[in-house]
Amino acid sequence: MTPTFIARQVWEGIRGNLSMVLSIVLVSFVSLSFVTVASLLQIQIGNLKNYWFDKAQIAIYLCNDFESEMICPSGGITETEQTAVASQLNSPVLQPYIDAYHFENQNEVFQRLLNESGDISPAQFLRPEQLNAIYWVSLKNPETAGLVIEAFQNQPGVAAVADQRSYFDPIIGLLNGATLAAESIAAVMLFSSALLTTTTIRLSAYSRRREIGIMRLVGASRASIQLPFILEGLIASLVGGSLAIGLSGFLVANYLTDTLATELEFARLVTVSDVFSVAPYVLSLGAILAVLASGISTFRHLRI
Amino acid sequence: MIRLENVSKTYRGASAIALADIDLEIDRGEFVFLVGSSGSGKSTLLRLMLREEKADSGNVFVLGENLRSLPPRRVSSYRRKLGVVFQDFRLLPNKTVYQNIAYALQVIGKSRAFIETSIPDVLRLVGLEGKSRSYPSVLSGGEQQRIAIARALVNRPELLLADEPTGNLDPDNSKEIMGLLSRINQSGTTIVMATHDRGVVDQMQRRVVEIREGRITRDAQTASYREAPSGPIVISENQG
Repeated sequence: MTPTFIARQVWEGIRGNLSMVLSIVLVSFVSLSFVTVASLLQIQIGNLKNYWFDKAQIAIYLCNDFESEMICPSGGITETEQTAVASQLNSPVLQPYIDAYHFENQNEVFQRLLNESGDISPAQFLRPEQLNAIYWVSLKNPETAGLVIEAFQNQPGVAAVADQRSYFDPIIGLLNGATLAAESIAAVMLFSSALLTTTTIRLSAYSRRREIGIMRLVGASRASIQLPFILEGLIASLVGGSLAIGLSGFLVANYLTDTLATELEFARLVTVSDVFSVAPYVLSLGAILAVLASGISTFRHLRI
Repeated sequence: MIRLENVSKTYRGASAIALADIDLEIDRGEFVFLVGSSGSGKSTLLRLMLREEKADSGNVFVLGENLRSLPPRRVSSYRRKLGVVFQDFRLLPNKTVYQNIAYALQVIGKSRAFIETSIPDVLRLVGLEGKSRSYPSVLSGGEQQRIAIARALVNRPELLLADEPTGNLDPDNSKEIMGLLSRINQSGTTIVMATHDRGVVDQMQRRVVEIREGRITRDAQTASYREAPSGPIVISENQG
């Protein structure tokens, strides 16, 4: 079969079966939209992590005289204990992980609180001695935080070790939840899309059973009989996928990049180029499913 | 050209045997009628030769291929070597005479040049050269069957299988088709035709293979539809 002949077959198939082909386009559109959304949410989570985790530090809170005995059994940190903490920060074991650290004494912490506080000044009910002096530690790789935290957690004179990254856990959890929801809907929709493709291709084959009968009799190969039907499913799916990418791109450009991103400067939001970067995967997924569904359908229903 | 050895076939779910222990040899250039009542097994025999069905046992050799062991991927190239016509013509109503024949060549990837030269030739052979732009629906049954024959012959097969080709035609048209098939046979194409049209068999006086309940009961050269009766003539057969 020549390419023009195949193209004409595909066109006749689509024209003769237009409403069903449109339904494949729509279902692929919806399902692949959810796939795109899930992918973009994952990119957004990555962006947040990159942006914030670089800035997030580990805070080593030192004991003061006001901590409970549970936390600081021996009261405020002694000079020896503090030297031990400092030398551990400089130790060859931890050096490979630590990018930089700086010490903030109780007065500095108090000053910072004064500067950061709004209408109610902490000076009314707090004195510097009640606060914890802090070692702020920046890591080379934020993923190694656990290791550093562990090293200081039970050190004498240390009240607590906190990882600022944990403040992002709720929002990352939320985004992961949204991804899971989008993926679940996408999975259900992709499944229905595959079933619909199977049914549509079967109908299309049924409406062309005379032609198929003749093709078989005159010795057309199985592949050349199947090909127009597979292309029909593939084209419908690619059109649906392109619509999904187009809509996602439009929404991102108009609602994220132009409006939200200017208001929420704290983190880089997904952009149109992210949409285009996921497009090949989304379209391939749609294409593979369509080819499988129409291939299986024609294999089962076109006895050669 | 065709050799069947101990061929048996039973359709799945059917209680009766379709073909039982058939031995048959057909040489190049022969014109053979397969006769018998409906359900006798003659169509099954054609379907085996077309490799629409596979024999349960025995061997079916056609055009140098053993069809029982022919792998599925080679069935299509095997079918290109033979032509088939049916009682119901199997034409595409939305295509012209020319397009119907061209379609059979396009789907097996023939070049446009081959299509453009071979179709006028084959239309001349079947006597439809003036009708290439007509649609099948405006043509008579005989003319429609001639398109089907043209389509079967356009790829120049050595073997033509015909399943009741005159079954839907009146006697005049039948005669016309048989004349055409006879000419095609004279030019060297082997023809195997299943029929229960007594008129055409008697008129042609060719080899007749009669099948009853899946078995060959008669194989005679230059014969009529029925053997000359030796017993009492069953009058009722000609009634109704």
